[in-house]
Order: sequence, then structure tokens, then C-alpha cells
Amino acid sequence: MPHTARPLSPHLQVYRWQIQMVTSIVHRATGIALAVGSLLVVGALLALASGPESWACVTRHAGAWYGLVFLFGWTWALAYHLLNGVRHLVQDAGFGYAISQFVRNGWLVVFGSFILTAATWGVLAARGVFA
Amino acid sequence: MSTPNRLRSPLKRAIGLGSAKYGTQHFVVQRISAVALFFLVIYVVGLLVSLVGADYATARATVAHPCHAVLLCAFLVAMFWHAQLGLQVVIEDYVHAPGLALVVQMLVRFACVLAALAGLFAIVRIAAGASA
Ligand code: HEM
Repeated sequence: MPHTARPLSPHLQVYRWQIQMVTSIVHRATGIALAVGSLLVVGALLALASGPESWACVTRHAGAWYGLVFLFGWTWALAYHLLNGVRHLVQDAGFGYAISQFVRNGWLVVFGSFILTAATWGVLAARGVFA
Repeated sequence: MSTPNRLRSPLKRAIGLGSAKYGTQHFVVQRISAVALFFLVIYVVGLLVSLVGADYATARATVAHPCHAVLLCAFLVAMFWHAQLGLQVVIEDYVHAPGLALVVQMLVRFACVLAALAGLFAIVRIAAGASA
């Protein structure tokens, strides 16, 4: 940063927390988390390519309690970023900007991400991931 | 402005600088990759869920199927492209020392390209049926 004393625009610390800023911050946070996660996707593919032993290592960790907790968090981050990404695209097309709409579709994304995560893990449970 | 330049429009100095270089390209590619990822993420999650409990041979054979192999490659390319563009903006927002910013931007690009290539390599290796 240039060390000039100049007025700065207000940043996070001066705002009351509200859904508009939270959805934005969380989109960025989940984007960064998913970018890190993408490296694990590649790791898993390389393990699958290298043979049964390395693949068994992947499934063992993924199926352990910490692996499941991690995958659950990953599912939510993906669900949130996916839904809020769609919200971004809708906004880019020029819709949903009125304050009331913006607040409503923000909450829609938040609760939608919970529902999507729960639905995914419901299917996973039915397919026996916890067995 | 000094006298000899008085009749020149400031536009002359602006051309080729700043945002005039790429315009909206970053924005557009970020959105295109987002649309692609919308479909590809749903597909990949569905594929993973369908593979729960599958043994090694099944998992491998699934990825080796031409349709899955191609779609998974598309997923990797879209994901790392989108991630690079996204992280670029995050770095632009928070890293302000020009030298450091340049280095970090380069490292993120290298990491994204390398990871994408490694993932594509793994899929090709599986699809080509090379034994472990
Ligand atoms: C695994 C896949 C994904 C990864 C690694 C990822 C990563 C990222 C990252 C790092 C950012 C930058 C965040 C920021 O600037 O604050 C971002 C932004 C964005 N993502 Fe994703 N993303 C993924 C999937 C998706 C999907 C499926 C969609 C859409 C349906 C999407 C839509 C967007 C949009 C529209 C932006 C731009 C937001 C803005 O301009 O502030 N992303 N993503």
C-alpha cells in the first residue's frame, strides 16, 4: 500500500452485519475453499490412476469420521457457491436488484444451500456411506 | 500538459493502458466458466454419489468410459480456469505491493495450469487403460 494519509472508504468493521454483505463474503470464502479443494480432486484422480493401494488410501480417509465431516463441509461450500453463483448470474442479467428482492434471494440462497446439502447427504446415507 | 501536446487528446495516452487492454474479457470468461460449472458440478456430484461403495475396478472403469472421461476433463478445465480468474480478483483486492502481487499471480496461474494438467493426465491414463 502507498503510505499516504488519505481518506479510505469504510470497510467491514464499520458495518452492521446484514445478509447483503454476508452472502458476498461467503461467496468469496467458499470460492477460495473450493479452489483449494480442487487440488484434492486432482489428488484423488492421480490416486485412482496409480493403483488399488493408493485408491484404498483415499477411500479410507474419505470414509473416516474426519473425512466425512470434511466432505460434509465441502458439500455445503459447493452448494452455497453454486446457488449464489446462479444468483450472481441472474443479477448480471439485470434482475433481482431491488433491496427487498436482494434480501429475499440472499436468504433463499442460504436456506437453499442447507436444503441441497441435507438432500445430498440424505441420498448418501441411503446409499450406505455411514454403514 | 506542455505546449506541443496541447492539441492531443488525453485518449492517446490512455490507449493500451489500464482496463482498456482487456475490457470485459475477464468478466465474460468468469461467467462462461460459471455456467459450464453449474452443469458440470451437478454431474460430478451425481457421479460421485453413484460411486459410493464401488470397488476399485468399478470406479476405474466408470472414469475410463469415454463419456465420463471427456466430461471429467471438461470439468477440470472449467474448474481451474474459473478458479484462476476468481483468485486473480481476490489477489488484486488484497495484495497491493506490485512485485509481490505479480509473483503471487504467477504462482496461482502455475498452480492452476499444473493441477489441471495433472488431473487430465490421470484421466487419460485411466481411460487409456494403462495398468497401475
Ligand atoms: C469447484 C468449482 C468452483 C470453484 C473452485 C470456484 C471458485 C471461485 C472463486 C475463487 C471465485 C472468486 C471469488 C471472489 O472474487 O470473491 C469465484 C467467483 C465466482 N463463481 Fe465460482 N467456483 C466454482 C464453482 C462455481 C459455480 C458452479 C458457479 C455458478 C453456478 C460459480 C459462479 C461464480 C461467479 C458468478 C463468480 C463471480 C463472483 C463475483 O464476481 O464476485 N462458481 N469462484
